Amino acid sequence: MRPQFTRLRAAAALLLALALSFGVVACGSSDDNSTGGSEDRENAGAITSNPGNAKVSLTIGSKNFPEQEILGEIYAQALAAAGYKVKSDLSLGSETVAHKAVKSGAVSGYPEYASTALTSFFGLEPEEVPSDATEAWEKSDEEFEKEGLVAFEPTPFASANAVGTLKKTAEKYGLEDVSDLEGVSEKLSLYGSPECRQRIDCLAGLEELYGLKFKSFHPVDISLRYTVLEKGQADLSILFTTDPQLSAEKDKFVILEDDKHVFPAGNVIFVTTPTVVKKAGPDYEKTIVQVQKGLTLPVMQELDARVELEKQTPKQAAAAYLKSAGYTG
Amino acid sequence: MSLALIQAPVSASFGGAFEFIFTPQTSNVTGGKTVGGLSQVVELTLTQLEVTVLALALALVVALPAGLYFGHRGTGELVAIGLGNAGRAVPELALIALMAAVIGVGLLNLTVALAILGIPPILTNTFVGIREVDRASVDAARGIGMTEFEIVHKVEAPMALPSIFTGIRTATINIVATATIAPLAGVATLGEFILGENVYGANGVLAGAIMVALLALVLEFSLAGLQRLLTSKGLRLSAV
Repeated sequence: MRPQFTRLRAAAALLLALALSFGVVACGSSDDNSTGGSEDRENAGAITSNPGNAKVSLTIGSKNFPEQEILGEIYAQALAAAGYKVKSDLSLGSETVAHKAVKSGAVSGYPEYASTALTSFFGLEPEEVPSDATEAWEKSDEEFEKEGLVAFEPTPFASANAVGTLKKTAEKYGLEDVSDLEGVSEKLSLYGSPECRQRIDCLAGLEELYGLKFKSFHPVDISLRYTVLEKGQADLSILFTTDPQLSAEKDKFVILEDDKHVFPAGNVIFVTTPTVVKKAGPDYEKTIVQVQKGLTLPVMQELDARVELEKQTPKQAAAAYLKSAGYTG
Repeated sequence: MSLALIQAPVSASFGGAFEFIFTPQTSNVTGGKTVGGLSQVVELTLTQLEVTVLALALALVVALPAGLYFGHRGTGELVAIGLGNAGRAVPELALIALMAAVIGVGLLNLTVALAILGIPPILTNTFVGIREVDRASVDAARGIGMTEFEIVHKVEAPMALPSIFTGIRTATINIVATATIAPLAGVATLGEFILGENVYGANGVLAGAIMVALLALVLEFSLAGLQRLLTSKGLRLSAV
């Protein structure tokens, strides 16, 4: 670690986040977000506290990795700013657990990637997941409705898994697309989460849809996904497209283009129940949709950087986002 | 709300878990491939056993001689008890992550991390066991001309055997249970079922837990049997 560099980056990050969030306020949504519409401009700006909300208690959930915890905090703090009584439960393990928690009413709602919802809950193949954010949202919402749930409109940013490697490995073997691994993958080891081995949107998909065979696959905790590359243990590692390392250390890590669409990208949709929506009133959906407008890919990467690289808590990162984007005072 | 509850997927049941252990099951996220079933369960169980045996062997090599030596000399109580107790407070997952940065993930990292978990109970119980051997017996042994090594080997160790075995059995249970987190450190053990609910479903999670518990019981009974075999006849009689 080089502390000076980190501090410098932190300052730059703050400025960037500030600039970007104003950018979003000023120009409306970026082009990958076709769902915003014209009310963007009115929605941006400070969240007003409604005293009538104080009698409503909400529990905001999230899965237990940094990006999800940041999102959970953003929603929780924004709803608190809108006057609700908010608790958070940001350690819901896997999506299966989170899905059950919202169904049973243990949490009021939680952020989920539309792609994950479609593949994991509703059995779609990765290539069947719509690449358009609005379409993916509508499709998931339709499915969620069948089980008595509802999903709010998606965030501007999308996240996907990706095959990542060191830049020097990519150069050595001439790798740009995942397809370029053909004929090379037998010599390379792949590291991913314990689930990756069996998932069609992970190793199983790389084997079946790309026809690749790897020298070996090793399961690791996702927090080690960069460590194994840096240590030179892994030739390839499953990364996330929102990882801050990818922009902060461009000269070191690269991801391979998923040319056969094994890793569907997912914008985040907030999953909740109609019962909660009814109980909480109009400010619930309004606040959630409003506060996620600033969450473009660079902003999300910056927030991830604060937590994963600069070791802030998700709570601090979320508070900084809300403040710098002008949602809270 | 009540509707949502009715539609919720059936969660884990023992019947479902046993079915998972014997027959491959369908999964939502594998693109049609089945998961679980006897061959995968056996494979992962054997890996868990292998990791456990390696870590236990390393823990024994380190802790047993140290416990015997310190116990015999009657020194190093601070080390044997203090270090032993401190060792119990080490968070295993943090240890694995820490060592991942130094020696990388994989079998070596895991063996060392799990051995560290097994050392405290073996060290402490061996030390205490040896210390508690009747001094009169030790003096008698010395009186008939036994060397120090013979005293440890023929008098102290056999008499401290129950205590030493308590340590080994505790260490084994600690290690075999914790080996469940190995899939976070590069080795696929039964924890793969428990950590992968999205893939294996609630029944897979329960099946993983059942298999870990079974493995722990089998090891516990085997060690109890071994202890009986190793206990000298004279001591066995006096114990009854």
